[in-house]
Amino acid sequence: MGSYLAKRLLLIVPTLFGAAAMVFVIMRVIPGDVALLILGGDQAGQIDKAQLAAMHRQLGLDQPLLAQFGTWLWGVLRFDFGTSLWTGRPVIEELIRRLPVSLELAILATIVSVLLAIPFGVLAAARQDTWVDYLIRVISIGGLAIPSFWVGIVIILLLVIYFGWGPPLEYTPAWVDPWANFQQMVFPVVTVGYRYAAVTTRMTRSTLLEVMRDDYIRTAWAKGLGERAVVIRHALKNAMLPVITLIGTEFAFLIGGLVVTETVFTLNGVGRFVVDAVAHRDYPVVQALVFLIALSFVVVNLLIDLTYAWFDPRIRYR
Amino acid sequence: MSVQFPLAQTTAPVPEATRLTFGEGVVKFVRTKPLGAGGALIILAMIFVAIFATTLAPYDPYWGDYAVQFARPSAEHWFGTDEFGRDMLSRIMYGARIALFVGFVASFAGCTLGALLGVVSAYAGGKVDLLLERLMDILLAFPLLILALAIASILGPAVQNVVIAITIPIIPRAARVVRSAALSVKENPYVEAASSLGASWRRVIVQHILPNVMAPYMIMLTAQLGSAILTEAALSYLGLGAAEPTPSWGLMLSGSASSYAEKAPWIALFPGIAISLGVFGFNLFGDSLRDSLDPKLRRKG
Repeated sequence: MGSYLAKRLLLIVPTLFGAAAMVFVIMRVIPGDVALLILGGDQAGQIDKAQLAAMHRQLGLDQPLLAQFGTWLWGVLRFDFGTSLWTGRPVIEELIRRLPVSLELAILATIVSVLLAIPFGVLAAARQDTWVDYLIRVISIGGLAIPSFWVGIVIILLLVIYFGWGPPLEYTPAWVDPWANFQQMVFPVVTVGYRYAAVTTRMTRSTLLEVMRDDYIRTAWAKGLGERAVVIRHALKNAMLPVITLIGTEFAFLIGGLVVTETVFTLNGVGRFVVDAVAHRDYPVVQALVFLIALSFVVVNLLIDLTYAWFDPRIRYR
Repeated sequence: MSVQFPLAQTTAPVPEATRLTFGEGVVKFVRTKPLGAGGALIILAMIFVAIFATTLAPYDPYWGDYAVQFARPSAEHWFGTDEFGRDMLSRIMYGARIALFVGFVASFAGCTLGALLGVVSAYAGGKVDLLLERLMDILLAFPLLILALAIASILGPAVQNVVIAITIPIIPRAARVVRSAALSVKENPYVEAASSLGASWRRVIVQHILPNVMAPYMIMLTAQLGSAILTEAALSYLGLGAAEPTPSWGLMLSGSASSYAEKAPWIALFPGIAISLGVFGFNLFGDSLRDSLDPKLRRKG
């Protein structure tokens, strides 16, 4: 396990370095000069040269590209991602303020999706090609097809039209006022949870179907075990690994922020932060967030692989 | 050159015993996979509407009649009108063109480029494989929508830019799936036979490996189609997709829809139904296609 862990940790270094380089390059090919944007935006013609040069120096844009990359990377290593062009506050400070919202949404949505997905996925697989299976599949494929931002719009619309009530706009942490927090989070959690339950249900169904064709399952049937024992005790156990992976990946994705859902429900989380930064052309923020989202994605994926290796010894020796 | 001739002879005849004609295949698919057939029906209807939008649409989708702003759904305007008095039904019909165009082009380009990279990576092995794999790892480090968002924000709002923004994140996903399929195909004796008979690497890839990774490629393609349409809608909703007045379904839901939603809920309702139905059709079809193409999932396979 030790050497496997070391190998995996070594492998993420080039990936993260590559991701950092890619984010940097992407942000540098953007047409337009960030300095011009800060100084005057549209009246670019009236800005005098000296002022522009000073701004370039201040932002470090007069340095060679490689030096700029080095500076940025050195900052990243010290968790210094520069300051937001829009608010003038350090990016990391802004991020820490918004992270709890996304984290709460991610955790609750994952719990909802797991609670729905595993029983329904098992049921669909156990009754393959019957109306139960068709119904579950239609509902879960529907969950993948319906855009979550539209579900959000419709939910808000129904609440406003029929109850004259909209979810509160300001985020209240659960430890301050659990009821206000609940009112605010319940609809986003349902919206996101349904979507991810749909993904997980499908995965549970298909992996379980695969496992159900294995020899040892035939043996279990042949020795006269009941359906419950065969499906739950024998098959489900072995079908869980890919499902756990999927849940982990989803969770990683959720921490990265639900760009559209947070926008619809005006939740001030990480996803909304990305959208706002893109809209304000706040490049340091976009650069930092895209990189940090990639980082959390890579780390969670590593953790998933490690769990996998821990569960299944065959993987470690590959 | 003398080697090429017998090689062509040996690869040409295919055992016909289990082959079905196209018609028989369709009948079998409808009978065994009714959900998939339903999906195919939705897709065909959508393609039909998109092709004949000019004749089917009752109004010009760009023409606003200020006399009928926010008209309720009625006999003249089945789906009502929006804040400029434009007919929603016509806009949704034309929107099918954008959705299908972006969906097909982005998923086809992404999956094809990805598949080629995956096959080359698997066949070449060694340093090439390692390099390509690391490159794909880097791309996979970014969640699909975030990467598409970043690319779209750089390229600016336009339909062709959305296509590029959606294509790029699909590439590593397709590459990964096709590479692992190609790795197992590569181990087959016929591949070794072909290369030991002196077939060029290009010939081995095109003639022997590519046809055998078609199943995962098709599965990936249909799976990405729905997701590409959904991503287009999300980008347009965030204002990074097609620009006004393009009748893109996602764009119809952004800005105006939510601010006028209380007064005219149909503006927010119908484009969402159109997106959901379209993606639903592709997913339903893709799902059943996977069930019948993937031998592991075949009943009593």
